[in-house]
Amino acid sequence: MTALLLRDLKLSIRAGGGALIGILFFLTVVAVIPFGVGPDLNLLARIGPAIVWIGALLAALLGLDRMFQTDRDDGSLDLLLMQEHPLVLTVLVKCLAHWIANVLPLVIASPLLGLFMNMDEVAIGAAMLTLLVGSPALTLIGAVGAAVAVTLPRGGLLVSILVLPLCIPVLIFGVSATYAAVEDPAPFLPPFLILTAITMFFAVLGPLGAALALRNAGD
Amino acid sequence: MTESLAIRKFSDLANPTRFLALAERVLPWLAALCCVLFAVGLILSFTTEGDYQQGDTVRIMYIHVPAAWLSMMCYSVMALSAIGTLVWRHPLADVSHKAAAPLGAAFTLIALVTGSLWGKPMWGTWWVWDARLTSVFILFLMYLGLIALNRSMDDPSRAARVSAVLILVGFVNIPIIKFSVDWWNTLHQPASVIRLDGPTIDPEFLWPLLIMAVAFTLLFFCLHIMAMRNEIWRRRVATQRRLAARMAGRGD
Repeated sequence: MTALLLRDLKLSIRAGGGALIGILFFLTVVAVIPFGVGPDLNLLARIGPAIVWIGALLAALLGLDRMFQTDRDDGSLDLLLMQEHPLVLTVLVKCLAHWIANVLPLVIASPLLGLFMNMDEVAIGAAMLTLLVGSPALTLIGAVGAAVAVTLPRGGLLVSILVLPLCIPVLIFGVSATYAAVEDPAPFLPPFLILTAITMFFAVLGPLGAALALRNAGD
Repeated sequence: MTESLAIRKFSDLANPTRFLALAERVLPWLAALCCVLFAVGLILSFTTEGDYQQGDTVRIMYIHVPAAWLSMMCYSVMALSAIGTLVWRHPLADVSHKAAAPLGAAFTLIALVTGSLWGKPMWGTWWVWDARLTSVFILFLMYLGLIALNRSMDDPSRAARVSAVLILVGFVNIPIIKFSVDWWNTLHQPASVIRLDGPTIDPEFLWPLLIMAVAFTLLFFCLHIMAMRNEIWRRRVATQRRLAARMAGRGD
């Protein structure tokens, strides 16, 4: 399992800089917003947390279709299906590797983008914390979409369409927790705990669904 | 004994020919009952007096509420069929959830459009990002995504198994829709028909609404059986074509 984790990490870092492209995409999405809504710093500070979250969500979807596709192309998916470790565990490890290689850099880059959005320190910290807790859920939901579309030659767009609706609860509670940290009347903890619960829920459901889909997708 | 008989009946249905024969027998009765209920429901819903506050626009409710209820029931039927596909490999289950997806999308669209038409005079806006509206809209997107996924694969049995997984994962949205009006107090009014302490709605409106709801449900089952029948025929045609092509290829 550790070997699989290391292999996946090495693959995704060395093969064409997946993480770098993710961060670049994140940066571009966030940079486009001021052109759309105007450079008013107060407005940007107000919508900043939402923008950072949406940018991270879109960037997290970017490499999803490759999660199982490359393994299928070179035949290692068949080996993973045949080995005696439970497939659910394998999928969970692959999700972890995908998250570390593609999504964690986005979380680390988010304070910089928060600065661009003129957010204050508390908001930046809250956005980073909620992203850290909430983004694994995005990867875990995405794993189901990636497994479902693994046999399709161009599944990338379809994966995004299938996965985005399911990601909306994560987005809602991530953004509301971030806002709650900034604005006084609303407490921070309830939405944050719900966000944690969503992540844990999908840590169970996501690998189960993905493993089921992978077994059925094999011909 | 009765239970095993019920299971036998259920697995008898696995034979598509038996299903087609049963559909042939049941469908006229179902359709006739549906028409009668629609006639009664529509007459009632047009003859009862309008609400003292909402006037005639309250009549939109008789379309809107049943459509919204069906948008959720259709997804539940699909989730049950998805379990049937994955657990029992029931050959009709994948036909069932493939046939139900466009119906669900249609009913969800009707619910969204009528809700919007009702919202304009009542709330003064076509659309708000309220919890119930947003979650139903997500449901609509999910139906479309499922249809797209099913269409993108050639092999029907593999497409069915793979979309069954996604249907089951997406089922988490249904309780969110059902309870969204109770959890988040936004513009949409809370549940008023199905409640623990009985309906809070006036019987004058309740009766037409219930009759319309039953009529809509029957309409769904009629359309669903018809769509399943079409799907079975379509697959048979595809098989026949393949056989014919193989015969022609062999030269006899």
